[in-house]
Amino acid sequence: MSSSRASPIRWLNEALKAAAYRVQSYFGLLRRVLASAVTRPFYWRDLAQQMDTIGVASLGIVALTGLFTGMVLALQSSVEMKQFGATIYIGRLVGASAVRELGPVLTALMVAGRAGSGMAAQLGSMRITEQIDALSTLGVDPVRKLVTPRFLAALIMLPVLTVIMDVIAVGGGMLIAVVKLDLTATMYLRSVYQSLAQTGFIFRYIPIDVFGGLVKPLVFGGIIALTSCYYGMNTRGGTEGVGRATTQAVVSSSILILASDYFLTQLLIALLIE
Amino acid sequence: MSQAKPSPDSAGPVVMLRDVRLTYGSHVVLDEIGFSVSRGETMCVLGGSGVGKSTILKLILHLEEPDSGHVEVLGHDLETSGRAEIFEARQRMGMVFQGSALFDSLPIFDNVGFPLFEHTDLPLEEIRRRVREALSFVDLDYRRVESLLPSELSGGMKKRVAIARAIVHRPEILLFDEPTSGLDPITTRTIDNLIVKLRRELHVSSIVVTHDTRSACRIANRIALLQSGRIIFIGTPAEMLASDDAYVREYLE
Ligand SMILES: Nc1ncnc2c1ncn2[C@@H]1O[C@H](COP(=O)(O)OP(=O)(O)OP(=O)(O)O)[C@@H](O)[C@H]1O
Ligand SMILES: [Mg+2]
Repeated sequence: MSSSRASPIRWLNEALKAAAYRVQSYFGLLRRVLASAVTRPFYWRDLAQQMDTIGVASLGIVALTGLFTGMVLALQSSVEMKQFGATIYIGRLVGASAVRELGPVLTALMVAGRAGSGMAAQLGSMRITEQIDALSTLGVDPVRKLVTPRFLAALIMLPVLTVIMDVIAVGGGMLIAVVKLDLTATMYLRSVYQSLAQTGFIFRYIPIDVFGGLVKPLVFGGIIALTSCYYGMNTRGGTEGVGRATTQAVVSSSILILASDYFLTQLLIALLIE
Repeated sequence: MSQAKPSPDSAGPVVMLRDVRLTYGSHVVLDEIGFSVSRGETMCVLGGSGVGKSTILKLILHLEEPDSGHVEVLGHDLETSGRAEIFEARQRMGMVFQGSALFDSLPIFDNVGFPLFEHTDLPLEEIRRRVREALSFVDLDYRRVESLLPSELSGGMKKRVAIARAIVHRPEILLFDEPTSGLDPITTRTIDNLIVKLRRELHVSSIVVTHDTRSACRIANRIALLQSGRIIFIGTPAEMLASDDAYVREYLE
């Protein structure tokens, strides 16, 4: 067997090895982040700053996304429901879809596009201008100083932003329900509540849907920060490399968010509802 | 600048490389690199672009690891040292990066004070005093630059701020990656004099990577000349000027 014949196999082998290496170093980064989150020194100032950056940077687009999503959900479903005279159930539909799925997922995708890309670009340019080497040289662990605060900040801010998205989406739906479908706000909100109460409660008062809708953003926040920081920290090849890292960060985070959403939903159904 | 005299136990070399080899993929960057720098010595590393000068400094800081061979700093073999020892060794070194590597989100004051804020409990007043002292040392007017961001400085000013940051915590070893490239002749001379002064007054050991043969001859105790990843000459400036090796002569032209 000549070596040129074997090259696709060799290529596949190399590709698999590279992928395995990447997965390994991704989880290696996670391990270092977790370890430095519970040991000193801890960079509180950087955490506060990152929470501000992620929150403020994303608030506007999260609010707009929520508003239009809620409105379009109500509008779309009204067409069908009108036929059956069931517009009164609009709130159910908006509530369930927004809180269960669209709120967490759309928030995460928006934050990945806004804050995640920013993280990758910032760390990437710090990498290529040797600022990360300078940190190490000055006796500071770059993971502890740069990645851990971003990771924790995303973990904290994503659920907050998701709640904001949920509320605004429900509000957007209400706008349509009241203005275009002649429902009263009370009728609409009661129907939203019914949909949330439907799957039952956890800890007595918290609807399972709302709880599940808060577990997901925790995971998504971790994915966004870790993925973006991973690509940022491993940037190679000048300004072009920074662009590449930024794109890869957003694309990979988005795919990981959508994929993990499926498995999380499966898990939550298995744990909480069945 | 005042600094405690180094302890007398420190007679051996402060930096030693032995038979170091480093490759990126199939590209051999450094091969059979060996030299040592003793306390209070200034070693200049000369060589064309891309021969691996910056990489040597990164090896000494353990930012890169050699494929084979040993790098010893202040008596620690970095390959076998733990994280804590490497951190300790790094804190006794100062590095001026080729592109300055100032933290672009921090004003100059915080950049220069960074090592002190991170690793000491000095009161703010003392940190301020030391930062200003370091800035004055590199001929910068602290009143003017202290509160500016790195993006608001010229390239040469950034370089000098980077030097201030590298000396503010009074390290025993200083590594300079082309400290004077892109600077005017007067500032170049100031920085050359500064390196000599640090050696004379504080017994600081320096490794200076440079393109500039003239300033190397002015400041160095010894000069190493690199060509395609190997040291082809090492000796005093006088020996270098007297050398009849073809490449050395060509480089000196
Ligand atoms: N991360 C890397 N991946 C692959 N090759 C690299 C990497 N870093 C450096 N090199 C290669 O190593 C060689 C030495 O690089 P180095 O930066 O040490 O050169 P240099 O002597 O400092 O050059 P200059 O005078 O231009 O700064 C170069 O040929 C470069 O292409
Ligand atoms: Mg270089």
